[in-house]
Amino acid sequence: MDQIILQLLNGLDKGSAYALIALGLTLIFGTLGVVNFAHGALFMIGSFCAVTLQKILKISQISIDETKVDFLGNALKVKTPYVEIWFGEATGQMIIDWSVPLAIIFSIPIMLFIGWAMERGLIKHFYNRPHADQILVTFGLAIVMQEIIKQFFGANPIPTPAPDFFKGSFDFGQFIGFEVNKIIYPYWRIIYFIFSAIIISGVFSFLRFTTFGMVVRAGMVDRETVGLLGINIDKRFTIMFGVAASVAGLAGVMYAPINSPNFHMGMDFLVLSFVVVVVGGMGSLPGAVLAGFMLGILESFASMNEIKSILPGIDQIIIYLVAIIILLTRPRGLMGKKGVMED
Amino acid sequence: MLGLNKKDSKFLIIVILLTLSTPFVMQPFSEASALSQFNGGYPDLMQRVAIFGIFAIGFNILFGLTGYLSFGHAAFLGVGSYSAVWMFKLLSMNIIPGIVLAVIMSGIFALLIGYVSLRRSGIYFSILTLAFAQMSYNLAYSVLTPITNGETGLQVRPSDVRLLDGANAPDYPNLFGWTMSTSYKWEVWGHLFTFNVGFYVCAFIAICAFYLSLRIFRSPFGLMLRAVKSNQNRMSYTGLNPRPYTLAAFVISGMYAGLAGGLLASMDPLAGAERMQWTVGGEVVVMTILGGAGTLLGPVLGAGAIKYLENIFSKINENILHGWFDFLPEGMENFFVWLFARFTGDGWHLTLGLLFMMVVIFLPGGLMEGADRIRKRFGRKSDDNSPSNPAE
Repeated sequence: MDQIILQLLNGLDKGSAYALIALGLTLIFGTLGVVNFAHGALFMIGSFCAVTLQKILKISQISIDETKVDFLGNALKVKTPYVEIWFGEATGQMIIDWSVPLAIIFSIPIMLFIGWAMERGLIKHFYNRPHADQILVTFGLAIVMQEIIKQFFGANPIPTPAPDFFKGSFDFGQFIGFEVNKIIYPYWRIIYFIFSAIIISGVFSFLRFTTFGMVVRAGMVDRETVGLLGINIDKRFTIMFGVAASVAGLAGVMYAPINSPNFHMGMDFLVLSFVVVVVGGMGSLPGAVLAGFMLGILESFASMNEIKSILPGIDQIIIYLVAIIILLTRPRGLMGKKGVMED
Repeated sequence: MLGLNKKDSKFLIIVILLTLSTPFVMQPFSEASALSQFNGGYPDLMQRVAIFGIFAIGFNILFGLTGYLSFGHAAFLGVGSYSAVWMFKLLSMNIIPGIVLAVIMSGIFALLIGYVSLRRSGIYFSILTLAFAQMSYNLAYSVLTPITNGETGLQVRPSDVRLLDGANAPDYPNLFGWTMSTSYKWEVWGHLFTFNVGFYVCAFIAICAFYLSLRIFRSPFGLMLRAVKSNQNRMSYTGLNPRPYTLAAFVISGMYAGLAGGLLASMDPLAGAERMQWTVGGEVVVMTILGGAGTLLGPVLGAGAIKYLENIFSKINENILHGWFDFLPEGMENFFVWLFARFTGDGWHLTLGLLFMMVVIFLPGGLMEGADRIRKRFGRKSDDNSPSNPAE
């Protein structure tokens, strides 16, 4: 029992990442009808926003301390980050420590801008081209983005720790009445899950309860009619692209402490998140979220030793296997709509 | 000739001549000149061009004719490699059993995967093939380790069984005693030409593969595949079931990929799971698009161009760049060296990505369309039946 709950929890944080990326992908697909293979790269860029902010905060003033020497006998160079000089030592260190949560604010304008630039500069010209062309050009863009990141940050993963406050684990088992140390779960993963739940409900309520969201939903159903009513739907869709990009970016920022960012993490997530989108049903937002969590949880269940001993290797392929079965039995995915991508 | 009309025969002969003279074509600069670093006429590169040419020709039969975009062809390449290496281990270092088994095994795999994947089309098909390729890749790394030897990769060892080989058979992949790595060098007027057995084996097979794809393009079967691409509904309304045709195309292209995988293993008897990764499948997509999907020659050109550029670009380092921009003032020199270093050496993939995007955006028909446009610009009316035209 405790194992099952533990795997359920483990599945939640992976599922949250899948759900967030898949949500953005579906948003782009539902509004603009574009299959965006560069979405994994956006997730990666989000992660690197956290890395960049951490690096910026750590920019230091180098002063020479004459009283101490290093191991070569030269005077010791002391690095003091500027934030510590400006805000005092304690506050400065706290700011550096909290660089990942701060990166949320830092990344939103960047991701909105990247999304806007992508849509206006490239994707716009591909609305009337076949889906294969859209896949290919965004695939090319993904390669370019990850190579640019590699040029700047190198090929190695860069550790980006979470704030000290969230280090350590939460004894969830004790909390619900199991023995001590049975179900232990890192705090940051709980934060990740809560964060993604907030983002997901934020996006949903934005679409549901605002006039802007209403227009966008109307545009998803029938773009032409909305245009005929005198609404500049293109502009709103561009904004939605930016929103989708920042959802992926935020997922990346918060994922940085869980998995040190490296330049090809986007590609790894891309394949999985496409599978998630297809399983959830192309163009269905609730479907994407549901499928994200479902596949995340299934994946962690499959990696349980009890199951692995019966079906060796199942943890490696479970997601793809589920995707294949669902696609063959329910061609539109779990919650797919009729008439979407059925050419 | 060989069931082709006059124009196609001429085309085929040109292709054969070009292929056979590759050691000259790719070695245009003399050894002593400063440009010798642009020479590509060494065996490894030429073999790769021929092998990936075969891979791309096969992929083009599926993507170019039917429009089904598969991201999973790397799986067949990997299956081909593994089967070939197993034949080297069990039967003989002669490459023939290895290649035959590679083609058969990948054909079976393609039949299974194709049967399932082709139930869906468009993006769903791409995702399904991607899922199958990732599945095979993950399995090859984990559970199938007894067959694939996991991360180390499958290798031949002196202790292998090799039932058919006699006591003094060569320890390297060979064709009736001709070792693949044997090269004959010919030096003339400062040019060094290398004639490699492995390359000519690959080239011969590539020519056969090209001839087969030429026949498929010109056959009623090829016409059916084009019908699938242009309008599947209409095809069904005329009472034809598109499924068997697409499945046949999928299996054929899978067998081509297996053949390429078998040849890769024959040139270097090593098979690793990384050959099955979906990025390899992405590479063949890039090659085909770059050359021109749906054209006969395009995929081969694309494969050649990418493999050649990859070699050249990866070789250029900052020292060479400093040599090029020597004549500039220092600050500018450093700036240009810095700028170009982003795109060469390790940055080759960036160049590739940019190049690929440019082609998709401005030249959807690939290099072949570019050639066509240039021909039109210079006033020569392009003939509609000319084999180099994009097939639509």
